[in-house]
Amino acid sequence: MDQNRKVHQFKNPVLNWIEFRLPIISYFKKEYGDYPMPKNCNYFWSFGALATITLVTMIVSGIFLAMNYTPHTDMAFDSVERIMRDVNYGWLMRYIHSNGAAFFFIIVYIHIVRAMYFGSYKYPRELNWILGVFIFLLMMATSFLGYTLPWGQMSYWGATVITNLFSAIPIIGEGLKTWLLGDYNVGNATLNRFFALHYVLPFVIFGVVGLHVAAVHVHGSNNPDGIDIKSKNDSVNFFPYMLIKDTIAMCAFGVAISAVIFFGPNLMAEVDNYIPADPLVTPAHIVPNWYLAPFYAILRAVPDKLGGVLLMFGAIVILFVLPWLDRSKVRSCNYRPIYKWFMMGFFVNFFVLGYVGMLPAEGLYLLIARVGLLYYFGFFFIITPFVGWIEKPNKLPLSISDVYAKNIAPNIGGGEKGIPSPAMQKDTNL
Amino acid sequence: MAKKPKNKRRDFLQLSTVTLGAVGTAAFIWPFLKSMSPAEDTLAAGSTEVDISAIEEGQSITIKWRGKPVFIKKRTKDEIEAAKMVQAGDLRDPQDDADRVQKEEWLVLVGVCTHLGCVPLGQKVSDMKGEYDGWYCPCHGSHYDTSGRIRKGPAPKNLDVPPYTFLNDTTIKIG
Repeated sequence: MDQNRKVHQFKNPVLNWIEFRLPIISYFKKEYGDYPMPKNCNYFWSFGALATITLVTMIVSGIFLAMNYTPHTDMAFDSVERIMRDVNYGWLMRYIHSNGAAFFFIIVYIHIVRAMYFGSYKYPRELNWILGVFIFLLMMATSFLGYTLPWGQMSYWGATVITNLFSAIPIIGEGLKTWLLGDYNVGNATLNRFFALHYVLPFVIFGVVGLHVAAVHVHGSNNPDGIDIKSKNDSVNFFPYMLIKDTIAMCAFGVAISAVIFFGPNLMAEVDNYIPADPLVTPAHIVPNWYLAPFYAILRAVPDKLGGVLLMFGAIVILFVLPWLDRSKVRSCNYRPIYKWFMMGFFVNFFVLGYVGMLPAEGLYLLIARVGLLYYFGFFFIITPFVGWIEKPNKLPLSISDVYAKNIAPNIGGGEKGIPSPAMQKDTNL
Repeated sequence: MAKKPKNKRRDFLQLSTVTLGAVGTAAFIWPFLKSMSPAEDTLAAGSTEVDISAIEEGQSITIKWRGKPVFIKKRTKDEIEAAKMVQAGDLRDPQDDADRVQKEEWLVLVGVCTHLGCVPLGQKVSDMKGEYDGWYCPCHGSHYDTSGRIRKGPAPKNLDVPPYTFLNDTTIKIG
């Protein structure tokens, strides 16, 4: 290899020794030290970091739960109860893991809302968006597999209903379902493989998250005004500015999740899952985890088995092509007077779909679900391309520092001259 | 033109290497995919014999066969009449009642809703039986009639009839 390549020099000789052999120090300095963040980013931009931290928390708590869990139909339920009652701090691990999953989805939904509202999916970050949707799909698969493991009534019947979705596929459906289950119905073979897959998928997610972060670092983060960084004045270094901001967000998140773990650990749990699985009795009312409920509502809103399944999967797949459905070059909805309201309507609609997805599919709820379904797909296929075509966007600011000088700096009593831009200060040396 | 034979040789080598590699990979993946199919002992999970002498007219019992619930119902005259009255052509999954039973009063069904696999209600006296007085699936609202045929709701097919034989007047062998 090239012995003459330029090697970064640090003050610390140990770092130099490592850097010469593996340039990982300069990589971290570039990507997480000097990485320029648009200085107008608000707290919405902390949810990527929060999601990463939650993923790690889920992996760690999951590994420790697996040490005491038994993936067998006769013993799974009892082993979970043993974790709750006899294993030291087992209750804490399990409540962190079960509520962590719910919070993971809350965070990721906010992260997605951020990306949609401020147009982060647009050029040049389309691939980043695609990787993100892929992560979302993997998360849904992982949470479904994990929900089966306690082997309660909801676990069993949730697994039955979801795996039966595949039997809707013409010709190969039944065979595919049997192959996925390893039996003609959900049984021990199913539980075993679900456990194996639930263990490995988070590491796959971790890998895709790595690509997702690497991709966003190529063109830099988007910002609330959706305009590019044009000069050093527009950005601050990730370290320490964004790191500190993320840390504050993390503290707030820690308070919220702790409140649930310690004071309402079963708020988001279904009571039926504390009844051991019984293949002969279906609970009167099967409900999915709330974070999957919007998609469940779409499934039930269609009076045809195959049609319902196709639309449900279509509701996720449609996200992949969003960057090409949106014709507007303006990223941020803050500068899109019409689309902004349709976008907010989309978020509200998604919430309403989730709400009716938790209720019986009858009467008024069914009607609401059908209207919600129409808006969901109408938003992507009609509103998004059409509004992008007819809408006249507001005038974009010239630069990020321009926005900063006009809106933010006067309020804190300084000004462009009063506060030296951190990016202009000397780079921190390790 | 002098180069052409050489290129042909290289093309052939590339193509055959890639083909052999693809076939080899597919052959290597197959055992892994096949290992996920039901194992031999699962397939061999044979048959069940049921004593039906204690079932009263109008009563229905649930037994477990290959991990699934099977309903065995002794139908009343009214229920048989209701099932026979229906024109098969009007149904979503057209089937005559006569094709679904061996002896008119005995209805044997796999108690798994053909929509998404829940167990329909209707086995107990207190259960909801749906608009056609047979079975009602609480998950997504499918209604089955007194022959276990789908009449209303999202399910695409009638409740399955498992393979069974009458060993004598009081014993059924299922499977």
